[in-house]
Amino acid sequence: MRGFFSLLSGTVFGFGLALSGMMNPARVRGFLDLFGNWDPTLAFVMGGAVVVMGIAWVIQGNMLKPVADPAFHLPGTKKIDGQLLGGAALFGAGWGLAGLCPGPAIASITTMWPQAAVFTVAMLAGMLLVRLSGRA
Amino acid sequence: MSLPHFGLPGFPDAAPLEGLLGGALIGLAAAIMLLMLGRIAGVSGLAARATGIAQTDMPQPVAALFVGGLVLGGFLFNLLLGPIEAEYAPGWGWIVAGGLVVGVGTRLGSGCTSGHGVCGMSRLSRRSLAATAAFMVSGFVTVAVVNALGGAW
Repeated sequence: MRGFFSLLSGTVFGFGLALSGMMNPARVRGFLDLFGNWDPTLAFVMGGAVVVMGIAWVIQGNMLKPVADPAFHLPGTKKIDGQLLGGAALFGAGWGLAGLCPGPAIASITTMWPQAAVFTVAMLAGMLLVRLSGRA
Repeated sequence: MSLPHFGLPGFPDAAPLEGLLGGALIGLAAAIMLLMLGRIAGVSGLAARATGIAQTDMPQPVAALFVGGLVLGGFLFNLLLGPIEAEYAPGWGWIVAGGLVVGVGTRLGSGCTSGHGVCGMSRLSRRSLAATAAFMVSGFVTVAVVNALGGAW
């Protein structure tokens, strides 16, 4: 059952990304172009997602365990440090350079071959670098 | 996509209805992951887990099925309601450099737009609010600098 729900979650996620327009790097870049020809669409995407997920957190608060797993596996409240903020800032820079973040890149692998696949491989290489450096 | 077009006054390129509905589906997907599996639907973390780059207590095949689902969801949308509009950066340099930096940054910063932005902000996590503010400001600055250097696309 866990495999089924994970596949379902990913599929709905990919479908939603496609509908939202976030698989178009030029549109994402348009949102980040705050001082130019700004496209606010991404704010609506984030708003829609946060409202639905906010309801899910309220439901989660009233559950002893998830439906298909013996326990919740949620990140604890770790501190806000330089690694968190520096890493996030680096991520934002890459997001601005290519107009892609991990979800839309992976969801575009069949529709924007080979560009989305090349981005994804480069991203995994970056992740591997961090792993090999022992930082995270 | 054949939804009736609802424009946003002053923003001719915006697609607020598609954005809201697509966003709600992304929220639903994250809700399925949380309420069924008890986990955060953070794409960078799940991709790292699926490829074995990250070691967590999540079974690797379960993470791989989420990543496979992402690909399937994009494929299905394109098949049923496509073609998906997509304009990419003009040149491999942007794509490779962007991918590398996104990979490094999401591991050091423990998440991306989905984990920190969607799941963390809706949980009112202070860490995720800080991380989201950091990557948004950095994205704004990066695009402004690229534009100032004549690299707009």
